Amino acid sequence: MADFTQTLMTAAAIGSLYALIALGYTMVYGILKFINFAHSDIVVLGAWSSYTVADQVLPRLGYDSRTIPPLWIGAVILPLIMLFCGFVGYVIERLAYRPLRRAPRLNVLITAIGVSLFLQNLGQLDFMFGASPEKMPALLPSWELASFSFGTGEATRKVVISLVDTMIFATSGTLMLVLEYLVFRTKLGTAMRAVSYNTDTAALMGIPVDRVISFTFVLGSSLAAAAGFLYVMKYPGINQPAHTVWVLLGLKAFVAAVIGGIGNVRGAVLGGFVIAFVEQFGAFYISSNYRDVYVFALLIGILLVKPTGLLGSPLREKV
Amino acid sequence: MSVSHPMPAASPIAATPFRPTGPLMGVLPLAIGIVVAVLLHVILPGFVGPYYSRIVIDIGIAIILAVSLNIVNGMTGQFSIGHAGFMTVGGYTAGLITYYGSYFIWGTLGKHGVFLGTGEWLFAASCIVGGLVAAGAGYIVGLPSLRLRGDYLAIVTLGFGEILRVVLQQTGKVLDDGAAIRAAGWSQWLPPPVGGAIGFDGIPKYTNLFWVYTFVTITVVVAYRLKHSSLGRAMISVREDEIAAQAMGVNIARQKVLAFVMAAFFAGVAGGLFAHERGVIISPKDAGFQRSFDYVIMTVLGGRGSISGVTLAAIILTALPELLRDFEQYRLIVFALLLIVMMIVRPQGLFGIHEIWHFWRRRSR
Repeated sequence: MADFTQTLMTAAAIGSLYALIALGYTMVYGILKFINFAHSDIVVLGAWSSYTVADQVLPRLGYDSRTIPPLWIGAVILPLIMLFCGFVGYVIERLAYRPLRRAPRLNVLITAIGVSLFLQNLGQLDFMFGASPEKMPALLPSWELASFSFGTGEATRKVVISLVDTMIFATSGTLMLVLEYLVFRTKLGTAMRAVSYNTDTAALMGIPVDRVISFTFVLGSSLAAAAGFLYVMKYPGINQPAHTVWVLLGLKAFVAAVIGGIGNVRGAVLGGFVIAFVEQFGAFYISSNYRDVYVFALLIGILLVKPTGLLGSPLREKV
Repeated sequence: MSVSHPMPAASPIAATPFRPTGPLMGVLPLAIGIVVAVLLHVILPGFVGPYYSRIVIDIGIAIILAVSLNIVNGMTGQFSIGHAGFMTVGGYTAGLITYYGSYFIWGTLGKHGVFLGTGEWLFAASCIVGGLVAAGAGYIVGLPSLRLRGDYLAIVTLGFGEILRVVLQQTGKVLDDGAAIRAAGWSQWLPPPVGGAIGFDGIPKYTNLFWVYTFVTITVVVAYRLKHSSLGRAMISVREDEIAAQAMGVNIARQKVLAFVMAAFFAGVAGGLFAHERGVIISPKDAGFQRSFDYVIMTVLGGRGSISGVTLAAIILTALPELLRDFEQYRLIVFALLLIVMMIVRPQGLFGIHEIWHFWRRRSR
């Protein structure tokens, strides 16, 4: 029971990260119909720029890597990094994807792979982030918000709710609620949904399609940046930008988007949690060596049974 | 879209040179290729030394992989980014056969026999078996392509490579002497002991210029003949417009799976050559997407469907990094930029579906 609860809480934290990343994939796919392979590299950018800020900027403010800064510091860094990565997302869309607006989808996909390779290897250069792993300084104290005991006597097992997990869950939950509001309650969100439904008709209705697409990229990229920031909070050992771990993270998030029904914002969130639960419970109860295999097996299974995903329907609402 | 190329026989006025027809079309280039392979094997190492000979071998392996990937990505218009996975399947299979097979046949591990001796024939056979096993894997991976559109398929193929990598990492350590092999029970053979994460060390290093370029010749001739056969045209029609192709009576599902199986077969053969190459220890890392991307870049730059274009791209993209060793960290940045610019400026690749000599002929008229 203790193990079960602990796994459940890890899965909830990881799941919210997958969901954040999956939102970016699903929004871009909903509008432009291609897998934005470079999306996972925005996560990397978010993670590494958090590291750069914590390692270079914070010591000048008097917080070296051993002292933990007050909580508001993290609350300031996060929006800054989101803004920065949103800008990078805008630039990528403007330079690499916009010239291909009328090109076949396969070409855009190949371009996306090109952009991804470019970002990965640019990030590995010495004057960027370098090609070796780093240790993220702690920005959050290692508090235990609550702990429960299961069992009695010798068999007592303690389950801890840590501050980090709670912050991850709360922050990404807030961001998802904001996105939900943006997409379904604002004029801009209506424009996004219109563009994803039918780009040409949306253009005829006076919607500035290019601007809406740019905005989608900015939105998706800043969510990815937030996921990167939260990811290094939980796992402080940051791998170099071209490491397989990052690509796998992005892949799993994409799988989450597909499982939830690609193009569907709520589906991406659902898919993120489903993936995380399968992965974490599979890793704990079967074998942690094959944790990536469970995710892909689930993907293939879902695609064969319900190719549109869990929440996808023929008349689905896509963003 | 003009998929046809200038038909050589269409102009009876022009004095056409000797142009073999029928079965000779396939046999003659094959014979020439094998002669070239023998010459390369005999002459080249003496001239350029072992280092450059190895680069030439690398180029040959890259040509096999890029040209075979071109059958799926270029001709049939599917999008596979798991080609290195098939290569690794072939490599491990071939390595298993030569490594443990040598022990069971001759009672010793390691290289056996001279040039074109028994050991080399075992090696060639193991490459072909590796190709067949990879083709089986290609069949399994190709099946979802019937249900999935292009980009989902990309994810499935990518997932295949990654799963393969994880599974190979869980294998046991290589049995490195006769006693261990004799003592090994069934539980040690399943999964086969191929070294886990550190790679399959100790595979006898049979790969030489002769075998590499013989297989290169076979691959290129088969791909070229395929492209100009009814089968190849059916594949190209699937690429151009699936619905129109279906309306013309093309069995789309069959073409897609066939393309996958053929490409996987040659990738498996190349894997066999790679696993037996001097200085290479095939490891689970080779199944990952990074290597697959290399071959995707070659097919995209060379021209999707152009066999000579892809061959040229494979040569340049393999040789260039070797010559520019000092700029190793910039290699992929430059390639990635090339890929992006190419997609914007010339999306069909350098040569499109045409062969290099089509351009030459057009100019000479």
